[in-house]
Amino acid sequence: MIMASTLTGAAPDSNNVYPPTEEMLAKPVDEAATRRGAEELRETWKTPKGFRYLTAVNNSEVGKWYALSAFFFMMCAGVLGLLIRLQLAVPGNDFLSADRFNQFFTMHGSAMMFLFAVPMFEAISILLLPGLLGARDMPFPRLSAYGFWCFIIGGVFVMGSILFGVAPNSGWFMYPPLATEAEGIGSDIWLLGLSFIEVASIAAAVELIVGVLKCRPPGMRINLMPLYGWYVLVVGGMILFAFPPLIAGDFLFELQRSFDWPFFDPERGGDPMLWQHLFWIFGHPEVYIIFLPSIAIAAMVVPTAAQRPIVGYSWIVLSAVGTGFLSFGLWVHHMFTTGLPSMSLGFFSAASEAVVIPTGIQLFAFVATLMVGRVKMSLPMLFIAGALAIFTAGGLTGVMVALAPFDWQAHDTYFVVAHLHYTLFGGMVFPLMAGVYYFYPFFTKKTLSVRTGRIVFWLMFVGFNVTFMPMHFTGLMGMPRRVYTYPSVMGWDLLNLISTIGAFIVAAGFVLFAIDLLRPRGKQPLAARNPWKAGTLEWSHNVPEENWGSRSVPYITSRYPLWEQENIVERMDKGRYYLPDAPDLKRETLVTTVLDARPIQCLRVTGPTWITILAAVFTGGAFIFPTFHWYPPAIVSGGAAIACIIYWLWTATSQIPAKDKEMRDVGLSLKLPVYASGPDSVGWWGVWITMLGDATAFASLVFGYFFYWTAKPDFPPAGTEHALAGPLTLGVAALIASWASIYGARVVNRKGKVATARTLLIAAPVLAILGSGLFYFSVAGSGLDPTSHVYPAIIWAVMIWTIVHTGGGVIMQCYCLAGSLFGKVTPEHDSDLWNVTLYWHFVCLTVVVAGLTIGLMPRVM
Amino acid sequence: MRGRALRFSPVALLLLAGCTGTQSALDPAGKDASVLADLFWVLLIGATVLWLAVNGLFFYVTRIEPRSLSRRLAETLVIGGGIVFPFFLLSGLLAYALSIMPDQRLEGTGVQIRVTGEQWWWRVEYIPEPGAEPIVAANEIRLPVDHRTEIKLGADKFIHSFWIPALAGKMDMFPGRETRLAVEPTKVGVYRGQCAEFCGEAHALMAFQAVVMEQDEFAAWLEKERQDAVMPASDLARQGEAIFLEEGCGACHTVRGTEARGPAGPDLTHVGSRLSLGAAVLPSDREAFADWVRHTKRIKPGVKMPPYVHLSDEKLSALSAYLEGLK
Repeated sequence: MIMASTLTGAAPDSNNVYPPTEEMLAKPVDEAATRRGAEELRETWKTPKGFRYLTAVNNSEVGKWYALSAFFFMMCAGVLGLLIRLQLAVPGNDFLSADRFNQFFTMHGSAMMFLFAVPMFEAISILLLPGLLGARDMPFPRLSAYGFWCFIIGGVFVMGSILFGVAPNSGWFMYPPLATEAEGIGSDIWLLGLSFIEVASIAAAVELIVGVLKCRPPGMRINLMPLYGWYVLVVGGMILFAFPPLIAGDFLFELQRSFDWPFFDPERGGDPMLWQHLFWIFGHPEVYIIFLPSIAIAAMVVPTAAQRPIVGYSWIVLSAVGTGFLSFGLWVHHMFTTGLPSMSLGFFSAASEAVVIPTGIQLFAFVATLMVGRVKMSLPMLFIAGALAIFTAGGLTGVMVALAPFDWQAHDTYFVVAHLHYTLFGGMVFPLMAGVYYFYPFFTKKTLSVRTGRIVFWLMFVGFNVTFMPMHFTGLMGMPRRVYTYPSVMGWDLLNLISTIGAFIVAAGFVLFAIDLLRPRGKQPLAARNPWKAGTLEWSHNVPEENWGSRSVPYITSRYPLWEQENIVERMDKGRYYLPDAPDLKRETLVTTVLDARPIQCLRVTGPTWITILAAVFTGGAFIFPTFHWYPPAIVSGGAAIACIIYWLWTATSQIPAKDKEMRDVGLSLKLPVYASGPDSVGWWGVWITMLGDATAFASLVFGYFFYWTAKPDFPPAGTEHALAGPLTLGVAALIASWASIYGARVVNRKGKVATARTLLIAAPVLAILGSGLFYFSVAGSGLDPTSHVYPAIIWAVMIWTIVHTGGGVIMQCYCLAGSLFGKVTPEHDSDLWNVTLYWHFVCLTVVVAGLTIGLMPRVM
Repeated sequence: MRGRALRFSPVALLLLAGCTGTQSALDPAGKDASVLADLFWVLLIGATVLWLAVNGLFFYVTRIEPRSLSRRLAETLVIGGGIVFPFFLLSGLLAYALSIMPDQRLEGTGVQIRVTGEQWWWRVEYIPEPGAEPIVAANEIRLPVDHRTEIKLGADKFIHSFWIPALAGKMDMFPGRETRLAVEPTKVGVYRGQCAEFCGEAHALMAFQAVVMEQDEFAAWLEKERQDAVMPASDLARQGEAIFLEEGCGACHTVRGTEARGPAGPDLTHVGSRLSLGAAVLPSDREAFADWVRHTKRIKPGVKMPPYVHLSDEKLSALSAYLEGLK
């Protein structure tokens, strides 16, 4: 389906205007044109003022809000960490009650993971990526804004629960049956609130992947891309495959909590181990999802410090991809003490050790780069050095706990607490700090204080080691994790007291850092334009700041254009390159091909709006109301969210340009279409990538079905009913016919047979509704009671998942029909049809697999 | 080797100075735990050397020799340090560590022990031979020295984890699924075990003593444990027994040889002979019994047993005398 031309790119124009020759680039630009272009761009990209500032969708604003919110949640979770340490400072302490302590450690972990580490990566990437790629903005600015608003609503809801004493208290891993049986709404807050945020995370991941693949500057072939881009690609991909199993798990979990469907209840055929598998299939890649972006920051800081290109670019890329793949094969090392067969323990021990190799390659590549360069130790490099010292210690204890026999002692003790904090501080917090100091002049055009920065570093570094070094021994001396108190007889007292003192030293470092970060800098002079003498494109941005990002989008021929391409900044400033102006006062960025970055479209991106905030508020309602079992308002809110999203898509995406504006002269004589559909368009890639994540979630449900099959002898129970064969077969057939109709509509519409296309577009939703009804009846009409046993429960779950997807598909088909009737979809402009058809390819696959799984499998096996 | 590692590690010295060792994996008293402790010291020495090498190299190239070195050397470093060296090192390490596993998983013989994790205490059953009537106890495990004892693990409702650091690694306990572990203590003594899987409100207060005895003493003890409860020896204790039955303690607790046959709570037939009370949260004396009965929820938040605040001091001391006398 992905045409070769989309990946490699045929020349958009046969007049030999692309690629630009040196002669074309050397030609001087008319000064009046430069001035006019700058004014147009300034007008087009200006940030709304006053209370309308909240409607901004530009990456520089949304990214800033995102990063500051994640930082705020980190500080909240840090305070919880301090309270935990206070409680444990002395034995037998009664500063916190057991239940409060359990809420605090649950929220400390959950917030650090879901409200800080992952969102912070997305925030920093949203801020940086357009700069690194010389793009004007992300491909879907409103999606970033929507993701941010979802994040802040969900985050405040989840974090706020702690103030009311109703926060989740079963640990961030939420193991059933403890978490399924937990009283109160804590578990529901965790499941629904964080699922909501996971959806936002996936949205950001889709945005970032499409940004890296399709919004690079012309000429930046994929092997010239800054390493940060590669890491975004790998991490985005990992989010896409790691979060869906958790979402599927959450779905089953919430069905059990709300409706008593026994997925994890061993008395009715369920198995708590299924959650452990699904959770850690998410949970282990999560560790690398947190770790790799920080390595990506190091990959930007290190070459600059060395003033040399990175050594071993290809090795690093391969290692990053390799780490991503391997990370999905390690999850069982979180379950070494669950009594699995020795064979699996051996296999997963070996796989866990194997991940040392790609990690080692990356670290040694950085050291090698520093070897070949002349290193100047700057503040960011100091943090990188601290990161290395801490991370290697955490990595080496990782080698230890990855050995199953050693883990039998270390598992669930303070040794693991020490290990994970060493990896996360060394592999995330310290590189992130390096990144903040390094990129601060890029984000704000001001600098952070170097003197304060050094104090911050030493407070954090010393405090960290004082806190966590002793924990290795506390753990091996027998102290389990997650205990709210301990008796004084075991010799843990002094160690715990030292850890508590250290925690306050770290906290002092963060407070000092926060003060320096947030203090007003009105009078401070602006930073130099490229203060670190770096080689990558983001440092070409203007000082003082302009909202347009790149003044003109350059033609790239090297990995470090600012070092290796003469005159590039000067030419960008003059508007010598692409998109130097905005005659229609429309926000634009270039879309290029995936591998070779040949320009193929001038994408009109969306601007400020309230609709994303509204959509996020209603989406929030759909997730948050069910926490309190308020289902009618939840359904209304969900409907309103869908309406908002339809309005947003209808009014702002795939707009058909006026007749004479189909092509846009983007500069250097290159004319590019404004409208694109199918694989040429970013929307199609967005759908494709989203649906990969969706399919992963569905695969996790099917995995659950077969997990029960292999793990439980009474699955399916003897003499049980099955889904009704007749209705199920007819339902599947109708849904396949619906898929064929929408597919046919796309094909005939392209050929200009609009009437036939409309007929098919009417048939498609009718067939889909019919098919969904039959599918539903095949289960609901069979007498299978989902509360009686896990077999009917999982069949119901698969059925619900399927018809929710076909239901969404019906809305989309109707959207296309309306598009055709009201002139938004024409034979030449059929991007909506392509995207909906792509969605239906996945739905069709889901329907067939679901039908075979619940209809055929139990009958033949 | 262990001694040497300690001498070179001031942190470890400091730490172990105040260590009583009854719950320490670094102070092993069982065959499996010894092997694992040795594994740890080997790993620690290796990790220290590697840490110094990597960070030393970083320090060297950034601070001592910031001039350019050859690119060729740098690329060799990536291949050698990133691929070749770790490949051989990790292969060796895996071979060493995984070769430990079969021995650690060897089954035990003789008296089998079944331990069930409850909220938040341990149901302990000794099965002298297959098919024999189990001898029920709670919150304390007695083991013969120099003998490999098989322990079958389960849980009532929630997941727990069975762990005696000084004797062996841990194993999780699940509702509806049996897991197993074997321990082989080598030193007579009292060791502490604790639940290692978070199991709710009073997770921190779910511990037990593992008492390792000479083999013949163990056999004698087990024979005594099999007997019904002793008759109360004093008037006070006899009153206590009456109060015990009046207050309905027998609805949850069993005292074999009396009408108390409740299955929900810990078996109290020989509770007075145990070293601790309330899953190793209190000592086992008369005062502690009184304290526990009156303040259950304060001592162990979330516990199902209600606090008997209405009992007069006299009644309470009679009850405590009775319970303490259940040797």
